[in-house]
Amino acid sequence: MIDFSRRSTLSVLLAGAAAVAMPGAALALSPDKAVRLVEALIADINKVISSGKSESAMYREFERIFTRYADVPTIARYSLGADARRASKAQLSAYTKAYTGYISRKYGKRFREFIGGRLEVQDARTVKKSIEVRTVAHLRGESPFKVDFLVRDGMSKFYNMTIDGVNMLQLERTEIGAMLDRRKGNIDALIQDLKTAS
Amino acid sequence: MMNLLIKRMSFHDSDFRGRIAGATALLAVFALSACGPAQIPSEINDPNEVANRRVHEFNKSLDQALGGGPGDASEGGVETLEDEAPAKEASPLLIAVSNFGTNLDTPRKVVNSLLQLRPGDAAHNTMRFGINSTIGILGLMDIAGAGGLPEIDTDFGETLHVWGVGEGSYQELPVVGPSTQRDTVGSVVDFAINPLWYVFPWPENLVANGFTWAAEATDRIRYGDTVESILYESEDSYAQSRLIYLQNRRFELRRGDVAEEDYIDPYEELFGD
Repeated sequence: MIDFSRRSTLSVLLAGAAAVAMPGAALALSPDKAVRLVEALIADINKVISSGKSESAMYREFERIFTRYADVPTIARYSLGADARRASKAQLSAYTKAYTGYISRKYGKRFREFIGGRLEVQDARTVKKSIEVRTVAHLRGESPFKVDFLVRDGMSKFYNMTIDGVNMLQLERTEIGAMLDRRKGNIDALIQDLKTAS
Repeated sequence: MMNLLIKRMSFHDSDFRGRIAGATALLAVFALSACGPAQIPSEINDPNEVANRRVHEFNKSLDQALGGGPGDASEGGVETLEDEAPAKEASPLLIAVSNFGTNLDTPRKVVNSLLQLRPGDAAHNTMRFGINSTIGILGLMDIAGAGGLPEIDTDFGETLHVWGVGEGSYQELPVVGPSTQRDTVGSVVDFAINPLWYVFPWPENLVANGFTWAAEATDRIRYGDTVESILYESEDSYAQSRLIYLQNRRFELRRGDVAEEDYIDPYEELFGD
């Protein structure tokens, strides 16, 4: 469960982050909004875990949570890389739909690792035009590790997630690129297979 | 105790040469550290990809031979099994083996922290070693970690980085897995300088080192779900494990930070925003 006792420390840290962001920054950055997004995400994951549902029912919930909190269309486009330019409009929308299922199955499945563990929000800071919300995951039988969420300023969904420095966007561009190579660049074949991949 | 040791050292002529050697080594460490740490690249440098991929395939088949991979899900429908399989949990015995070996490996990490001129890290791990070796029942329990004193993991590859040695090219080593030229040299040196070889007599020192290797081997089981998903659920497990290793390693060497240039902004790239 998320530890809300850290809240007071958090607001102090946020005030600090805002103060640092203010001078010279042309953008009106809102780290607190990004933090609230991540807190809501954690709360939703915890709610599913404590619901007492069967694990397979939980996975379906986790998939829904992923699409609710992640900017999946942007992640999908980024994963396709330069190949997106030669795709038709119809192909792009079919690809995004198939990709949504693929990515939410893949990452939703991983939320189960938080069963019996917890994710603690540490602080938020401004990186370029985004807010990085830094959290620490405490899982059973594992050393704590860092999970960071990146939210573009003003957006209400996160577009990247890094786990101990390993970022999802780059992994997914590598994976989708490899899948496309294996299908000799055939985007339709990729869309077809993404429908069942996880 | 420490005082006595110092007194003894200063009164014995035979120790004089040793002290000179020690002082020289210390000077060398200071000189090396003065060069500053090496640049951490963002790109992947893998000129031996073809050979590395062959090793990767060997490692994967070895993993399968030892029971890894989707092969063991033969009873019943694979899909339902995967769906219903509870999140694998490390058994208390496995955690104890891991804790025991990791604790025994602490002196090696302390030596590396000292070579990196990071006395704070050395003190932190020394304190952990003291707490876990006593209250933690010879290291079977990670009491220090539970009490908010997590392990600071380090190795000679990091020491080389601090001394200014660059990453070199990517390598996948048989059995061991992903590495870089620098980290491979680091592993060999780590093997040789582990204090366990020198404080215990033969063959007890081999047993002690064996426990540290066993602790590392438990990672395959403890992080089973993650390893399985990388090795068997990706269409290019070589490229995935290479990226994961390099990103995570560079993150560690930056002391838990990501370089500003490594942040991806998809909105900028896709929409020029």
